[in-house]
Amino acid sequence: MQRVVVVDYGMGNLHSVAKALGRVAPEVEVVVGGDPALIDDADRVVFPGVGAIRDCMGELTRRGLVAPLRRAADEKPLLAICIGMQALMDSSEENGGTQCLSILPGRVRHFGPDLQGGQGDTLKVPHMGWNGVRQEPHPLWRGIGQDTRFYFVHSYYVEPARREMVAGSCEYGVDFAAALARGNLFAVQFHPEKSHTAGLQLLANFVAWDGRVRECAC
Amino acid sequence: MGLARRIIPCLDVDRGRVVKGVRFVDIRDAGDPVEIARRYNEQGADEITFLDITASHEGRETTLAVVERMASEVFIPLTVGGGIRELGDIRNLLNAGADKVGINTAAIQRPEFVYEAAERFGSQCIVVAIDAKKASAHGEPLRWEIFTHGGRRATGLDAIEWARRMVALGAGEILLTSMDRDGTRDGFDLVLTRAISEAVSVPVIASGGVGTLQHLVDGVVEGHADAVLAASIFHFGEFTIGEAKAYMAAHGVEVRL
Repeated sequence: MQRVVVVDYGMGNLHSVAKALGRVAPEVEVVVGGDPALIDDADRVVFPGVGAIRDCMGELTRRGLVAPLRRAADEKPLLAICIGMQALMDSSEENGGTQCLSILPGRVRHFGPDLQGGQGDTLKVPHMGWNGVRQEPHPLWRGIGQDTRFYFVHSYYVEPARREMVAGSCEYGVDFAAALARGNLFAVQFHPEKSHTAGLQLLANFVAWDGRVRECAC
Repeated sequence: MGLARRIIPCLDVDRGRVVKGVRFVDIRDAGDPVEIARRYNEQGADEITFLDITASHEGRETTLAVVERMASEVFIPLTVGGGIRELGDIRNLLNAGADKVGINTAAIQRPEFVYEAAERFGSQCIVVAIDAKKASAHGEPLRWEIFTHGGRRATGLDAIEWARRMVALGAGEILLTSMDRDGTRDGFDLVLTRAISEAVSVPVIASGGVGTLQHLVDGVVEGHADAVLAASIFHFGEFTIGEAKAYMAAHGVEVRL
């Protein structure tokens, strides 16, 4: 039986991610844990998280999870969610500037205090609620319509160093990366585990994914 | 495409059962919050808010079990409010599967609690619930005051200043209920809603008074609410969430269809 490990490093609610995976893939063993060996032995890894980036990086370091996450990012399907996505980047503006994992090149920026919408209206921060994602071809979008809305809640967004890593983009005052992809790695700013049918479909696609990005035949 | 305005049905739950009766004709157990949440989820609700009005300690254990069951079946955001006094209460609810918690009285008794909660769990899961009532006399400049105990006890706190202070302490969202309108079906207090929404940088959920679908539109268009919360118009089967969204979309409000 293949095993999906949801990385537990003390950063918030993993229950929903684990339950959602259990729902879409009853044939898969879903384990929530923070033991480095567990991540090394996993068939695939989900790296979620909510909260502040400094605490997140501190906990990853303290628990010895940095190296196992790097190895996972090199060799098996890895899905990073929200703070998990942000932690993969080089650095974040949050908490007065925080060094991150540098698994993907780029930085994490704040939406800023004077974020303007299309009609010159001031946008609220955090970006909270359902927003559309413009997809680039990738196996993880299979069965999910173009521009489908997902549930977001965040005040910081990822600005990747290379445009070609963007697998999905979203508009909220700025055009930001809602999803990044590189090889066996896929990262999303939104919460698939809270995004109803589309989110569950993405999780099902992840569990079925071999970690390769094929040329799209469409 | 931009961010959709959210429609949030609210359930009042006492010892694990929905009160203020829900009357869906085709539901097996209309007292079971999980059954009802599942129904709203199917109808396209953007979130579920669950107000725990249980008084006893034992009842709170039941609440946690309900939250856990709901979070296992309904994969949209879930906010739980009511009776939250300490950080441990928040941790228990988040661990059970809540995404956000609503803090009300505890913030009034000790505002730093909001700061501590946001520091520990992140602003994204801290909703401060504000119950406001008009306090200005006729002819005076408009002023609203914060009330507790279901609108019976005045605190002397100015609603707009209070909302700003809560956001400065770390609230990630404001759930604003007009105690003048709650239960009246006369529509939101739009002037209050707009005043609060313009005063703070975080999203504001309008609550209290919805009786028609036009009220939902007004809350967004005139009240500048980021989300609208209603209970009775959905509970009694007058309108489905889907009907509410179709109406809002037809009146120019961006919603998730």
